[in-house]
Amino acid sequence: MAYDKFTVLKSTAVPMPIENVDTDQIIPARFLKATERKGFGDNLFRDWRYNADGSPKNDFVLNNPIYSGKILVGGKNFGSGSSREHAAWAIYDYGFRCVVSSFFADIFKNNALNIGILPVQVSPEFLHKIFTAIESDPKAALVVDLPAQTITISATGESETFDINSYKKHNMTNGYDDIDYLQAMKEDIKTFAAKSMY
Amino acid sequence: MSQIPATLFDKVWDSHAVRKIEDGPDVLFIDRHFIHEVTSPVAFLGLENRGLSVMFPEKTFATADHNTPTINQHLPVQDPLSANQLKALESNTAKYGISHWGLGNPRNGIVHVVGPENGITLPGMTIVCGDSHTSTHGAFGAIAFGIGTSEVEMVLSSQCIMQQKPKKMRITVTGTTGKGITPKDVTLYIISQLTAAGATGYFVEYAGEVFEQMSMEGRMTVCNMSIEMGARGGIIAPDETTFAYIKGREKAPQGAAWDNALAYWKTLKTEEGATFDKEYTFNAADIEPMITYGTNPGMGMGITQRIPVAQEAGGSAASYEKSLQYMGFQEQEPMLGKKVDYVFIGSCTNGRIEDFRAFASVVKGRKKADGVTAWIVPGSHIVEQQIREEGILDILTAAGFELRQPGCSACLAMNDDKVPAGKYAVSTSNRNFEGRQGPGSRTMLASPLVAAAAAVTGVVTDPRELI
Repeated sequence: MAYDKFTVLKSTAVPMPIENVDTDQIIPARFLKATERKGFGDNLFRDWRYNADGSPKNDFVLNNPIYSGKILVGGKNFGSGSSREHAAWAIYDYGFRCVVSSFFADIFKNNALNIGILPVQVSPEFLHKIFTAIESDPKAALVVDLPAQTITISATGESETFDINSYKKHNMTNGYDDIDYLQAMKEDIKTFAAKSMY
Repeated sequence: MSQIPATLFDKVWDSHAVRKIEDGPDVLFIDRHFIHEVTSPVAFLGLENRGLSVMFPEKTFATADHNTPTINQHLPVQDPLSANQLKALESNTAKYGISHWGLGNPRNGIVHVVGPENGITLPGMTIVCGDSHTSTHGAFGAIAFGIGTSEVEMVLSSQCIMQQKPKKMRITVTGTTGKGITPKDVTLYIISQLTAAGATGYFVEYAGEVFEQMSMEGRMTVCNMSIEMGARGGIIAPDETTFAYIKGREKAPQGAAWDNALAYWKTLKTEEGATFDKEYTFNAADIEPMITYGTNPGMGMGITQRIPVAQEAGGSAASYEKSLQYMGFQEQEPMLGKKVDYVFIGSCTNGRIEDFRAFASVVKGRKKADGVTAWIVPGSHIVEQQIREEGILDILTAAGFELRQPGCSACLAMNDDKVPAGKYAVSTSNRNFEGRQGPGSRTMLASPLVAAAAAVTGVVTDPRELI
């Protein structure tokens, strides 16, 4: 089993209404030098979160104690740029299990799914409703129900469905990953490889 | 029964699908896998934790590039964390029998430069690497894209990854580009029109006269930047230019194998009547030398224009304002004449010999401007050798520039080549994100000609005035 199972997550959320949050902001390149996967959460959003001297920037949302939770809500085109899986590791290591946005960059989305973070893509209107709900009550909870493929704002009961293919959904709810699947079909791969011209 | 006309992308993708999972991804067989020191160590660790091995070590190629120094490469790497990653790459590749061109190896260089120049990259292949600019290799008519570390582990252990087939887009640029317009300007123009997320979910085929007339190195620059508009990758149909580039390279097929390969490669084109999910057409005559003014590659403009106002740029006004504030720029300002502190020529986007020829064509007979720090970084040792042999080094030296050693360098500033906070850099690399070239650095992306014009004048300058 590759990661924790994901079924229903009810949590408060951290709002980040910024568009085009790229992976260099999520984890700057100078923190990619580890040879093990640990401790990346400390440097999540490093240059937005800390001054050059290491002191926290008080106006950044992760430094604001009124916001917390296992869900990160970002603006349009979240996770663009570099393929570094370290960005997803940093988000996971910090404690998030779900990222909500109206649009995700492809590689980030794959990386998230591969390590057990659920990317939930909602309409721009619903994203706006989520930001408004958190703004009026920082303790507003969201309910992300993977089996039902719904996301609900608890306080108002407003809800929207989201897409995920049934293969990935099965993986996430059971904690399986692609490597498990590929290992089980190695004979087919060998046969295929024998015909390759390269 | 008549067949539905196929696109180039469909032909390559479908011929590599080992299995198609219903309401799920395709299992895609990978012909070539490139790895480097930064995104591979955790994948090798994963193999060990699961007790797995490397299924086809001969299909994976390793080079060290991301964190390597660009001076004194013969000395031990000073930064202990970088040295540790380089050591891990060396021991992991040795353990599994993977080819490794480490620091000091004459074939060493940036992964997306050394793959093509050694004939490892070929038409019709599927190519992946734990680096988003793997899209570069699409210039050869290959399906090439960046992957995460979990996927690196998949390819090592099974030579496959699981991918949802992307949608298809075709971008056609008709006509001929004017004087001083390089492939970098063509791609920055396209991205400025589509935005940084305009091609997300798509694989892009580039078509039209501009790409047909372009050299392989130019095509690599264009395909390289595909990811900067969110595309999974870019692809250009192989033609005589492609075949002439590949023939005779070290790892390219030879003799009968070449003839067989060539016959197949000639079938790799989009058929008449094939359809795309989205199409764009642009006119080459509309393209000026380009420069970016903001903090994503979609925020680009013709060098003689003024910085757009938020409403023209689209997207959220708050995000736009945050971006201009970071850059220290105002709406409606011209970019021409803005002070430049640093100039970087290099990277997998513009670190090949044609880029240095272009740079030299402007600086020849001129002097580096006082107050400008210039980093001239070849993409590989082979490129470095060409720079010496063609006399470009003499031109650079006479103008007051120094040549550094190959690597990714200031493109992502993992080594010591960092632009200081608040300083302005004109860079031939691919990303102008906040802090990309060092914490607080401010990046303006441009072509080698624009970079050269800035290097000799100390301000943003239209290169057409100098050539």
